[in-house]
Amino acid sequence: MNKVKLALIGLGKMGLSHLSIAGAHPEVQIVGACDTSVMVTDFLKKFTPFPCFDNYKKMIAEAKPAAVIVAVPTKYHFEIIEYLLQQKIHVFCEKPFTLSHAESQQLTALAAENNLVNQVGYHNRFLGTFIEMSRLIKAGVLQELHHFTAESYGPVVTKPHQDTWRSNANEGGGCLYDYASHVIDLVNNSLGNIENISGCLLKKIYSKNVEDAVYSLVQLESGLTGVLSVNWSDSTYRKMTTQITIEGANGKIIADATELKLFLKAPVKNEKYTAGWNIQSVGALQSPVDFYLRGEEYSAQFDYFIAAVKGLEPNAINTFAQATYTDKAIQLMKQFN
Amino acid sequence: MDRILFGDNQFFGVNHISDEKSRQQLIKFKNDAVILETLATANAAGVGTFMCTTYARIGSIAQAMKDNPSKYSNYKIYPCMPYAHKYANAVTELGMLGALKSYMPGNIFSTALKGGMAFISKDYVKMMELMVDAEMKMFEGINTPVIFLQNVVTDLLLGLQAYELLAAFHAYVQKKYQAEAGFITMNLPALSEALHKVGIHQPIICTSFNKEGFRMSGGREAYEAVLKQNNCRIIAMQIFGGGFIDPKEAVSYIKNLNGVESILFGASSSANIKQTVAWINA
Repeated sequence: MNKVKLALIGLGKMGLSHLSIAGAHPEVQIVGACDTSVMVTDFLKKFTPFPCFDNYKKMIAEAKPAAVIVAVPTKYHFEIIEYLLQQKIHVFCEKPFTLSHAESQQLTALAAENNLVNQVGYHNRFLGTFIEMSRLIKAGVLQELHHFTAESYGPVVTKPHQDTWRSNANEGGGCLYDYASHVIDLVNNSLGNIENISGCLLKKIYSKNVEDAVYSLVQLESGLTGVLSVNWSDSTYRKMTTQITIEGANGKIIADATELKLFLKAPVKNEKYTAGWNIQSVGALQSPVDFYLRGEEYSAQFDYFIAAVKGLEPNAINTFAQATYTDKAIQLMKQFN
Repeated sequence: MDRILFGDNQFFGVNHISDEKSRQQLIKFKNDAVILETLATANAAGVGTFMCTTYARIGSIAQAMKDNPSKYSNYKIYPCMPYAHKYANAVTELGMLGALKSYMPGNIFSTALKGGMAFISKDYVKMMELMVDAEMKMFEGINTPVIFLQNVVTDLLLGLQAYELLAAFHAYVQKKYQAEAGFITMNLPALSEALHKVGIHQPIICTSFNKEGFRMSGGREAYEAVLKQNNCRIIAMQIFGGGFIDPKEAVSYIKNLNGVESILFGASSSANIKQTVAWINA
């Protein structure tokens, strides 16, 4: 089968990681890599076989990719993705989707109109533990749900400093866009979309212009309520650590990237889990990948995107439509403040 | 290389299968003295090589070793660089260039001549060399016969097909430190092919190897096929799959594989260290 012609726009930390994963994919031909930083494109020109560009429109015209990965600061997502969709190009974009719910809706409609594959990089949804968590919730093993706590902590801003687009909320910086979006997306897609915000604190700890922590009481479409607690200025964590705790009539689930812990009051028919605590490590839950860079989930989401472009997968995980609900919740939290 | 190498994940709360264990380990190894004690236990069990990431704290461990030459004179360290999260968090906070500036040796001005030149001429190989030197500073006066590139960098360059930079690292540690380069990877079959392509013979490769195929990209069979080619010096890591494989069975699988030169493992307790060493040597 023909290789998928792929191009990348934005070669920062995420963009380079995507480029590496794509570069190792046997069914992908990289036809262009674009960034305005000469530092990065010079590096790639010198050491890699990938054609480099500093203007994405020029790249699209010359390289004619079938699919593009967009990993520029979030502020530029709308303009670039709109252009790509108008050119009938499949799009994978980094999270969060856009900075406005209305713009996200517009892009979702445009992708649907043109029947294009669309995906957003909420990689947690390709982690074995969270996949199993979602499956268990869907299967109703906890029966009626009572409450959930969704948390994420990490050591990004641990002293006063501010230099990049990440410290500017208008460009998509701050803990809400960067960290909390992951947690919101996980809640939306495993428990149901967030519909109301009953309370929200956006707290500055070290940053001057953006929040470093998000604490919120939320309500889902189903009426289920829960707590969000997210802090990117927490030095007690070595890296970003996300955990979801779900309480129900028949027990509790605690899931993070490494482990799924399930407490059942009573065993459930057709499930292997027994009464009491059941511990499953990611090693036993995660499907292997063909190329590993920084976690199976990053490779798995890319493999899924390429398979969807080739028509082998349904393009049902992390769609623009789903990410639009996440952007809606982010907007509600901002408006609350 | 020794048959058994002692790893450092347990000391720094790196646990691939449980965040909870990770925190317990961080609490246990809060003081350097406890790390040194554990290293002494490993040494007494016959494991005289410590393979460790270049965390800031390793600096004080290295210093303690230098301060006690009688106790650690036979001890070898295999440094693994860089500690990736340090840089990744810096990039998120300071941007790509800001992070680079903040991690150039000393500060950017004190290395103005060499570093300044590197920036102006975009001499990426020189920049890599400066960063290697910065990471190696803490090991001055310690025997470091093999110096490793961490998997996140090895595999990033592998996917980018920037094989020449892997070769440049190999050449530099040989020239500057009279050491062998080692490469940590989660993609053994692809890396072996790439390193041979750029003319590295019998490369030292440290890679996940376990009976369940955990973190063995391309599958266990492809990995075992690389062993049969007999053209790499393999260190097996993650032999317990991060902890979810029965330890006795895990050791039995790995020790009987032809072509695995060394086995890397880490453990917190004296009993586990002694038990694992005994199983490997049995």
